Amino acid sequence: MSGPATPTASNPFRRRGLRVDPFFAVTWLAALATVASLVWIVASILHQAWPAIQKTGAGFFVNSVWDSNRERFGAFPYLMGTVLSSVIALLIALPLGVGIAIFLSENFLPVPARQAIRFVVEMLAAIPSVVYGLWGIAVVIPLVQRWGGLLADHVGFLPLFKGPAYGNSMLTASLVLSLMVLPTITAIGRTALATVPKTLREGSYAVGATRWETIFGILLPTAAPGIVAATILAFGRAMGETMAVAMLIGNSPRLNWSLLSPAGTLASLLANQFAEASGIQVSALMYAAFTLVLLTLLVNMLGEFVLRRAQRATAGLR
Amino acid sequence: MTKSALPTLLPLLLVPLVTSSSLAAPQLQGAGATFPAPIYQRWIAEYAKAHPGVQINYQGIGSGAGIKQFTQGLVDFGASDAAMKDEEMAAVKPGAVLIPATAGSIVLAYNLPGVTKLKLSRTAYAGIFLGKITKWDDAAIASSNPGVKLPSLAITACERSDGSGTNFVFTRHLSAINPEFKDAVGTGTTVTWPVGVAGRGNDGVTALIKQSPGAIGYVEYGYASNNKLSFAELENKSGAFVAATPQSGATTLAATKFPEGVLRAWPDDPEGKDAYPISTFTWLLLYKKYSDKAKWSVLKDFVNYGLTEGQKFADQLGYIPLPPEVVEKDMAALKQIE
Amino acid sequence: MSSAAAPAALSLKVGNRRDRARLSANLFWTVLCAGLSFLTLVPLFSIVYLVLRNGLVLLRPSVFTELPPAPGLEGGGVGNAIQGTLVMVAIALVLATPLGILSAIYICEYAPLSRLAGAVRFNAKLLTGIPSIICGVFAYAVVVVTTGSFSALAGGVALAVLALPTVLLTSEQALLGVPYALREASYGLGASRFQTIFRVVLPEARPAMMTGVMLAVARAAGETAPVLFTALFSEYWLKGIMQPAASLSVLIFNFAGLPYPHQIQLAWTASLILVALVTAANVTAQLAFTKRQPGKKR
Repeated sequence: MSGPATPTASNPFRRRGLRVDPFFAVTWLAALATVASLVWIVASILHQAWPAIQKTGAGFFVNSVWDSNRERFGAFPYLMGTVLSSVIALLIALPLGVGIAIFLSENFLPVPARQAIRFVVEMLAAIPSVVYGLWGIAVVIPLVQRWGGLLADHVGFLPLFKGPAYGNSMLTASLVLSLMVLPTITAIGRTALATVPKTLREGSYAVGATRWETIFGILLPTAAPGIVAATILAFGRAMGETMAVAMLIGNSPRLNWSLLSPAGTLASLLANQFAEASGIQVSALMYAAFTLVLLTLLVNMLGEFVLRRAQRATAGLR
Repeated sequence: MTKSALPTLLPLLLVPLVTSSSLAAPQLQGAGATFPAPIYQRWIAEYAKAHPGVQINYQGIGSGAGIKQFTQGLVDFGASDAAMKDEEMAAVKPGAVLIPATAGSIVLAYNLPGVTKLKLSRTAYAGIFLGKITKWDDAAIASSNPGVKLPSLAITACERSDGSGTNFVFTRHLSAINPEFKDAVGTGTTVTWPVGVAGRGNDGVTALIKQSPGAIGYVEYGYASNNKLSFAELENKSGAFVAATPQSGATTLAATKFPEGVLRAWPDDPEGKDAYPISTFTWLLLYKKYSDKAKWSVLKDFVNYGLTEGQKFADQLGYIPLPPEVVEKDMAALKQIE
Repeated sequence: MSSAAAPAALSLKVGNRRDRARLSANLFWTVLCAGLSFLTLVPLFSIVYLVLRNGLVLLRPSVFTELPPAPGLEGGGVGNAIQGTLVMVAIALVLATPLGILSAIYICEYAPLSRLAGAVRFNAKLLTGIPSIICGVFAYAVVVVTTGSFSALAGGVALAVLALPTVLLTSEQALLGVPYALREASYGLGASRFQTIFRVVLPEARPAMMTGVMLAVARAAGETAPVLFTALFSEYWLKGIMQPAASLSVLIFNFAGLPYPHQIQLAWTASLILVALVTAANVTAQLAFTKRQPGKKR
């Protein structure tokens, strides 16, 4: 998809003509600078984590005891906490976010109403994470204490809902996290749906599909790359959120499969312990940060896989 | 390519800012423990009223972070609830001087509807945080509280999730009075607690306590009193049950013996009958030698102010005023600095 | 936003059984979607209500012009925190936006199949998961330690690192959303690549790019940890970008954690101001960058 009379080489300086396209050079430099700075960050994390990696190795991922005084660093409970809280948050936010995105990109409502809802959802993005934490403490915790108690009473035999029900728990943190990532999915998803070519919609209606058949069959798969990008960003935010989670999750170093019990995530571990840490503990916390990078990698690979499936289904439509 | 409107308006703010930042009076920067941050900031505000033009900043980032910044020379003074270890002091190039600047008590606040007075023996409160005592009507608690109706509620121990000087002092105390705690948990700014939920900051623990009936946690006195939390009377070494008041705290502090040379001591298990068991100093970290004499003269004056006039704000803000002997020792230490 | 009309008047009185099933499914999904959308608005209104209720109490003009009050004292304001947040977000924008958009142009327009493009995409996605505190640690090592002091610049750099992946990925999506036909038409008229990008593709992609930039701005303005370790805090007005700077997020974090009621109130007011500022920037950006074409409704 390169244009005419321009080099197909990736490097603006390697071309057959005499003149270098200056703008090409500028963007090439920008791309280099981006990669360089991002590599630098990952490299510095790795560098600081190295002593802990040498000391604990892969045991970091499977051991369950985190005791900085005794220099034992097992991050499995926090790893599980991160995965669980992010997955639950996305399980809630993805359908809701895509649903709102669909609602805003179709003409169910008049334009002013759509603008109003969009405005309101984007305000969610403007709220600082500390305030989410404060709101969670004021509103969500009492709710979870009450309804969680009921859940524990009635379905407490399931390990996922075993009581006692704490207010500061995995459930609370996941609920608030889902609210925090919702604007990302909605905003980017709405854009993705809005840029689907008109012709596809018209074609679908022309062959007699109902609105929702069009949405599920044509629009969503076409908008899939954008939605997947939104999901990756949302996952990243959910896994990396430090402040609000630290205020709501109860910060328990023990592994607990119940959603109603306190837990911990890698990011909240960092937020809690980093300022006071010294020596090998700092290194272990950097190892935790590196683990988050690896997790993000996994999420990305999954995203690519899902995307490839969706794109195979709609190949040739663009 | 266009950008949003915001940066086009911002040069109005930025132009004066990108020019050099030369100031008439020296600007002092301090960072460290969050516990004493309120009183230090009050001192700064009051001092600035009498000395306009002086700019002193103090930000609470944690004792450990404060020591780090102080060691690296990125601040003019530091603060720490855990003072500094000898190795840490040796790592500071110009040399470090510890000045106990203020003090406070840690209380065990609880949430038991209907129970306004609670006495906790040493075995009781150590046992709670060890996870050995799990219900409020346990014999260990009931025996100290005859006549009080204790509900058969589970105990939720509330702790600090973030590394903090409060953790350090509390775990020091528990390790001193209970060898089992020392083995199981130990002392540190960050520890792994065997039971309970953890909140972030004193305010996080306060919120936890307020929201869970049956909760008990350790917070600084100011948080408990400002949030109207009930707190327990603790059994001290002499066997008396003492509540945390400015007087009981002062008794503990006055009895603390400082070693020669370094003004660093913790009253882990005070002896007196009226001594509250968990009180502690918190330290200002100063360099032994300041290359910028102008800065040092302002800093010296400020620290002097804090140690003398500034102590009158202690009560209002929830701290304990320094005993006069300690102030004397501080003044002597200040004279060593050039 | 579809200008094609959806099938009109869904009547369930059609004879064919399968068509009735399809139409009722259609209705079901509409109701479900609408229901979920309005359901989501409930917690949102709850947060906004809480911020308004607690924040309006102290919202006075003096709050914008005065410096933070010392613990135990009343009065004061958050003026320097507003200034600090504006400065640091501006620095972050200046650093991250050109870098992100230009890189996105490179990987979409110039050399989408090159190794460098692959590396950019990979790295950007990887960095979405970095906890915000690490951005602060990085900026600390790069700026604070080398310059010898905490500074607003370091805070801005930390926020730029935080914002870069968002800006880059959303810009890439924005550029991909521009139909090939437009580019081909432009080339067909004899435009060079540069002209095509600047005059045709970018204007078309601008609204979507601005969405991404605004999301990044919103996040950057509200983060505490990266700013705390780089810009620290200041009780005074900012006089240079190489000095420690106050910010609304750190102020909220500090004051909300104090036991003194007046400071806690001020923290809520600061939250209200922060939300209002970011929302205002968002609305301004969208108004400024929404393309208006005659006869076309977006």
